[in-house]
Amino acid sequence: MLNTKLRKVDIIFSPYSIEPYDILKLTIKKNKEKVIQDIIDSGLRGRGGAGFPTGMKWKFAQQQESKTKYVICNADEGEPGTFKDRKLLVEVPRKVISGMAICAWAVGASKGVIYLRREYRYLINDLNKEIEIYNQNAKEIGLDFSIEIFLGAGAYICGEETALIESMEGKRGEPRNKPPYPIQKGYLGFPTIVNNVETFASATMVCRIGSDEYKKLGTDDQKGSKLFSISGDSPKEGVHELELGMTLKQFVDEFGDGDTKAVQIGGVAGFCVPRKQFDTAIIGEGNTTGGSTMIFNSSRSMYHVLHNYLDFYAEESCGQCTPCRIGTQQLLKGIEAVKSGIRPASYLDQLIKLAETMQITSKCGLGQSVTNSFTSIVKNFREEMIY
Amino acid sequence: MADKINLIIDGIEVSVEKGKSILDAAKQIDIRIPTLCHHEDLCVAGNCRVCVVEQEGRNNLIPSCATPAENGMKIKTSTPKIRRARKDIMALLVSEHNTQCTTCYRSTNCELQDLAAEYNVDNNVYLSVLKPNLKIDKSSWSIEKDDSKCIRCQRCVRTCAELQHVNALAVTERGSEMKISTFMHLPMNEIVCTNCGQCITHCPTGALTERRYYDEIWEAIDNPEKHVVINTAPSVRVALGEMLGYPAGTRVTGKMVTALKKMGFDSVLDTDFTADLTIMEEGTELLTRLKEVLVDKKDIALPMITSCSPGWVKFIEHMYPEHLAHLSTCKSPQQMFGALAKTYYAEQKGIDPKNIVSVAGMPCAAKKYEANRSEMRDSGYQDVDAGLTTREIGHMIKQAGLDFPELEDGDFDSIMGESTGAGVIFGATGGVMEAALRTAYFLITGRPVPFDNLNITPVRGLEGIKETSIKFENCLPEFSFLEGVEAKFAIAHGLINARKIMDQIADGKSPYHFIEIMACPGGCIGGGGQPIPTNDAIRKKRIEAIYAEDMGKPIRMSHENPEIAKIYKEFLGKPLGEKSHHLLHTKYRKRKRY
Repeated sequence: MLNTKLRKVDIIFSPYSIEPYDILKLTIKKNKEKVIQDIIDSGLRGRGGAGFPTGMKWKFAQQQESKTKYVICNADEGEPGTFKDRKLLVEVPRKVISGMAICAWAVGASKGVIYLRREYRYLINDLNKEIEIYNQNAKEIGLDFSIEIFLGAGAYICGEETALIESMEGKRGEPRNKPPYPIQKGYLGFPTIVNNVETFASATMVCRIGSDEYKKLGTDDQKGSKLFSISGDSPKEGVHELELGMTLKQFVDEFGDGDTKAVQIGGVAGFCVPRKQFDTAIIGEGNTTGGSTMIFNSSRSMYHVLHNYLDFYAEESCGQCTPCRIGTQQLLKGIEAVKSGIRPASYLDQLIKLAETMQITSKCGLGQSVTNSFTSIVKNFREEMIY
Repeated sequence: MADKINLIIDGIEVSVEKGKSILDAAKQIDIRIPTLCHHEDLCVAGNCRVCVVEQEGRNNLIPSCATPAENGMKIKTSTPKIRRARKDIMALLVSEHNTQCTTCYRSTNCELQDLAAEYNVDNNVYLSVLKPNLKIDKSSWSIEKDDSKCIRCQRCVRTCAELQHVNALAVTERGSEMKISTFMHLPMNEIVCTNCGQCITHCPTGALTERRYYDEIWEAIDNPEKHVVINTAPSVRVALGEMLGYPAGTRVTGKMVTALKKMGFDSVLDTDFTADLTIMEEGTELLTRLKEVLVDKKDIALPMITSCSPGWVKFIEHMYPEHLAHLSTCKSPQQMFGALAKTYYAEQKGIDPKNIVSVAGMPCAAKKYEANRSEMRDSGYQDVDAGLTTREIGHMIKQAGLDFPELEDGDFDSIMGESTGAGVIFGATGGVMEAALRTAYFLITGRPVPFDNLNITPVRGLEGIKETSIKFENCLPEFSFLEGVEAKFAIAHGLINARKIMDQIADGKSPYHFIEIMACPGGCIGGGGQPIPTNDAIRKKRIEAIYAEDMGKPIRMSHENPEIAKIYKEFLGKPLGEKSHHLLHTKYRKRKRY
């Protein structure tokens, strides 16, 4: 069944049931294959933005023959407009840790790392206390999986899983060539699962309510509920848990300020949807799922919005691959040149083609996804771009 | 076979070993895919994205250099989508580049220029994002670094790390500011750089070049008061042809000599002469050390290590300063030559040494630095005034308007122009060892070294570290202390292999008596001053040419060189004698690791 309504749900932040780590304790009494199958059946997909089916990733990692495997929680929450992972780590860290532990148990990993965004370092003390509590529980139930915290150095690119791994190895945060994928050769060359904070918390909830219940929520494409980090021109800024599948119109009616002109879905790596497409755009269908939603009302200049994005990209690209390093600079300089009349409006079409080249040739998701926001803004707000 | 991967490229079935890339597979069926960041000496980077190809079933293009071939893959290497993408990428690289090609030293030998032309890139498609006010770093005696020509392929970074393990160059900053730089952005003369110049020969563009001295040389040649002598290293004559249209491995010794004479050098001499002299000095030093250890039971550092390669010398000074005693005190052949040019040569020719300009034609970038070391002034003047690379000599021959292929073969001048095959093979890895063993074995036993035709094959070839041993039997009376001794030898080339040798020494576990180390992969024939490109196939051809040159020499043992006998008789006295000690030996200095 396809959800078409805006429905607020309360799964992820619901209070712990009975006692700490009861879900973990119950789960690890089950059959590993069955638990992984359950995650696959639930339809849960990576909540960081790329949307890779979580259960499949776990299954692939389980199939790797290696004595050492790593489970990494990607808490390098850097996508502009997203702040849900922080809330999860503050309010329900045990669900996140449970998810990591269940994953580790299922795939046969003994070491875990929370890769924490440097700007979140004030969370370290509280998180370490939580890890202490987890360790005691793990000891009691005989689970051989320890967790450490690794503090990032503040680069957006390190949210990309292979750049994250490079940075953990003490190297420059640069994405690797794939294949091999981290589940084949990850941290220090060992099979490594990297999942987003929310993915682990959601996996815990799948284990609690079961895949049948979980997949009743959402759309055919995207199951379950999702945290949305809502910012911009909204009277209800903050983190909201919503069932996937509402139209953008419903979303804007609920969270907009009545004068919404455009919504950026999925952070700067995502798409900008203009008002005229609100009725047809369904959140969770064919767009990225990081959950960053930025609402712009009619007072906003989309040129400045785009300029801001491109400025961000040109700075945050790791710089190693040609299309991303130079392409981001060209897009930035290009819209400046069109806006100031140095280049004709038709130059925008050249830039859209360039963005397409970047999409099909860049090494990682950063350069590949620039075209999403660039093309959607330039095409829909062309008049705002020109001199 | 299970280990074979079968795929289809441009409709052609191809079978490759597991682990090979799509680029390798394409090469196997003669399909050329353009590359920039790829170099066969180095690990895969996959960052220029020029080599992208199309895989059936995928929207995004994939880098052929970085993608392993997989069973059943269907690859296309030339479609409108690929050509558009490659052209766009080339246009981006050009937009970041200083496109003043007409003034560039690497013009016509530049991979970026070639590909930009191939894809007919319009310079004005994109706005220039070249950083304004970039300064060329000319602080080093050897290497110039021009960031305005850098395409960030990181070949230099990988060279410095993987081949040389020096890590003088690294990627810094990110995004639009990303660049190749040094520790703390220090100038090139203040870092651990060994000046080996391998970054130059691996750079696809003119971002890294040798510091050029040919204008000064032309000026000296034109000055009637100056007597300009040039000595050319053995590996120049087997590589110079590549600069002038010959295939790799062509020996152009005679034409080179004629060309240099026609260009106006007053005397064209042979570094091989001082290579022979090095064997006399270094061989004697080794035998002395062995005697001191074996007979006198003195605490003398063994193994002794060669000191001909100035890149290697600076490497050990930075990285293993506590082990400098292992280095032979012999100067390199270039510096011996310089010291003698302004003393012995000047004396014999009746020329005031202050009017002698001593030039070295070298396969090397580090030789430029070596010439300028403050301790290299034993003649009372700067012993070597300038070092030229093989590339610079090639350029000078063109500048002189000479029709190189039409030149007659000439002979080196005298004195200090006579050499043996042993001096020639200095140019290849293992050559110094072989030359030393030919002479040492003869001196110790009175018999030629027990190998066919004096060819000590175990020390030859491109393997990173080679070892051999020789047992001395029936020694002459004065070397009776070596009777029955099995001496162990090792040869390393490429500084990463030097590091392995040195780590062994540092751990006190080195089993060797004598070690040859050359900074550059392949030895001098693969030096940082050699024609570009240099790769293993080309190295092998140059090495073959070196050994062919050796076989063509009537005398193939250093101690039989008549000019060597003459110089000891008339000038130096004896090996390690007082005059030798003063002119031909040197000291080393401890340097910091950063």
